[in-house]
Amino acid sequence: MELIMAVLAGLLFTAGVYLLLQRQVLKIVFGTALLSHGAHLLILTMGKLNRGQPPILEKGIEHYADPLPQALILTSIVISFGVTSFLLVLAYRAYKTNKTDNMEQLRGSDHD
Amino acid sequence: MTNLITLPILIPLIAGTLFVFWRKKLPFVRMGTQIITIINLIVTAFITFLVVQNGPIILETGGWVAPYGIILVGDALSLSLLLTTNVIAVAAAFYAPFSLDRGREEHYFYTFFLILIAGVSGAFLTGDIFNLFVFFEVLLMASYGMIVLGGTRQQLRESIKYVLLNLFSSILFVTTVSFLYSVTGTVNMAQLSERVGQVNQEGILTTIAILFFVVFATKGALFPLYFWMPHAYAKPPAVISALFGALLTKVGIYSILRVFTLIFNGNIDYTHSFFITLAGFTLIFGVIGAMSTNNIKLIIAYNIIPAIGFMIMGIGIFTDVSLAGSVYYLVHDMIIKGALFLLVGAIAIVAGTSDLRKISGLIKNYPLLGWLFFIATVTLAGLPPFSGFIGKLLLLKGAFENGHYVIAAIGLITSLLILVSVMRIFINGFWGVSMELPKEKRSIKPLYVPITFLLIFSVVLGIGAEWFLPHIQQIGVDLMNPSVYVDAVLKE
Repeated sequence: MELIMAVLAGLLFTAGVYLLLQRQVLKIVFGTALLSHGAHLLILTMGKLNRGQPPILEKGIEHYADPLPQALILTSIVISFGVTSFLLVLAYRAYKTNKTDNMEQLRGSDHD
Repeated sequence: MTNLITLPILIPLIAGTLFVFWRKKLPFVRMGTQIITIINLIVTAFITFLVVQNGPIILETGGWVAPYGIILVGDALSLSLLLTTNVIAVAAAFYAPFSLDRGREEHYFYTFFLILIAGVSGAFLTGDIFNLFVFFEVLLMASYGMIVLGGTRQQLRESIKYVLLNLFSSILFVTTVSFLYSVTGTVNMAQLSERVGQVNQEGILTTIAILFFVVFATKGALFPLYFWMPHAYAKPPAVISALFGALLTKVGIYSILRVFTLIFNGNIDYTHSFFITLAGFTLIFGVIGAMSTNNIKLIIAYNIIPAIGFMIMGIGIFTDVSLAGSVYYLVHDMIIKGALFLLVGAIAIVAGTSDLRKISGLIKNYPLLGWLFFIATVTLAGLPPFSGFIGKLLLLKGAFENGHYVIAAIGLITSLLILVSVMRIFINGFWGVSMELPKEKRSIKPLYVPITFLLIFSVVLGIGAEWFLPHIQQIGVDLMNPSVYVDAVLKE
C-alpha cells in the first residue's frame, strides 16, 4: 500500500512540475495545486499506513494509526487552499492589468 | 509566567485582526498600530530581560509535555532577533502614514503589517519544525497581501513570480518535513537534535538536510536562488520594501542558523564547507548586482544579498566566534537594511524619481537627509566604530583562525565594493549641481523620526559593543553546544 501511495505521489509531483514549466499562468497555478496534493499524500504515506485502525493510543490497543501526519495534512491542506485561491485571483488580476498570461511576456526590465 | 512568551505573537495578531473592522478610520488605525508596536516592543524587551537573567523560557502549549505538544522556545537567540524585529516594526509604523497613499492604507496595510510581525515573531519562537512551516506561511500570506497592495502593472508582474516561488519552496518544505518525520518519527526540534545525533546523521539525513537548506536558501535569497528577490522587493512602496528587506529574508537565515546548529551538525565536512562556497558566490554576485543598476531602491535590494553571504559564511565556518559574528551581523543587518530602505524612500519622495542619473545636489536642500544617509552607508560597509564593523570583525576572526583565507579575502573585497555601491548614491545624489526639485515640495520632517530611531540603535550597537558582545558571544557558544537547547526543552 505504501508503495502505491509513494508512486502516486511521485506521479502527482511529475505532472505538477511539468505544469509549472508551462508559460500560461493558469497551467502553473494548476501545477502548484497538483504539487501540494502530492506533498499531502506523501505526508500520509510517511506516517506509515495502518488501515482501519483508530488514531488513538489506549491500553490494550496495539495497532493504531499515527495521528500526527493527519494533523499535519489538515494544516497543510488549509494553507494550500488559501494560497491557491489567492493565486487564482492574483493571476486573473495580473492578466487584466498586463493584458497577457504568458510568462515570457511578463519578464521585467528597468525601463518600464 | 511562561505564557508571557505568546504575547509577542498574540498582540499584533489580535490587533491586526481587529483593525480590519475600522479600515476607513485611518487616524485611529494609524495611532492604534503605533501604540501596539510600542507596547509590543516594551513587552519583548521585558521578556528579553527575563531570558538574559534566568535562562530560556519554554512554553508547552495545552499542557502537553515537551516532545509531544507544540512548544514555544524563547532563548537568547530568538529573543534578540525578536527585539530587533519589534524595533523595526515601531519605525515602520511611524514611517508608513507619510509614505503610503490613502488607498493602500485603507486597503488593510496595517492589518497585513501586524500579521507579518506576528508571523515573524512566531517563526523565531517556535520549537517545532512543522510549526516553523506554519509561521512561514503566516508571514508569507501577509507579505503576499502587501506586495500586491496598489496593484500597479509592475507590482503584479513581480508578485506573481514572488508568490509562485515562495509557494513552490513551501511545498518543498512540507515534503522535506514529511521525509524527516518518516526517518526520525518526530517534528520537535530538540528531540530531532537528539535522534539525529544518535545515528551520527547517516546519509539519508544529510540528504534531508540539504533539502532543508534549499528551502531556506530560497526564502533567504542565497546564490543561486536569489534571482526573484531584488525586483520583487524594490517595486512596492519604501516602507513595504523596508519590512521585506529587514525581516523576510532574515527569517530564512535564522532557520538555517537554527536547523544547522541544532539538528544537522553531524556531517560538517560536507554540509558546512558547501555553505562556505555558496557564501563566496553570494557575496560576489550580490555586490555585482548592486553595482550594475542605477535605481536607488534596487541598489539597496541587491545589497541584501552580500549581507546574507556574510551570515552564511559564519554558519559555514562553524566555530563559536564565527557564529557569534553571524548573529551580530544578522541583528545589525536587519536594522540597517530597514533604515536604508526608509532613507531611499525619503530620497525618492523629495527627488520625485528613483533613477540615480536624474538625482543630484540634494544636500543643499536636505542636509539632514544627506548626513543620515552617510551614517547609514558607513555603518553598512562596516567602518569602525559602527555596528557592521563588529560583526565583520568576528566573522573574519573566525575565518582566519580556521584557515579559510579565500572566503576572508572575498569578504574584505566585497565590503569595499558594498561601500562603493552605496556611496555612489551619496556622491551622485547629494553632491554636484543642485537638481530641479519637483514643483510640489513635500515636507519630509516626519520621516526623519523613524530613520533616526533606527540609526540610533545601529550606532549604539556599534559603540556599545562592549555591552552587547558578551551576550552575543554566549549565544555563539550555546549554538555550538546543542545540548544546552535540548536539555532546556526536554528537561533532562
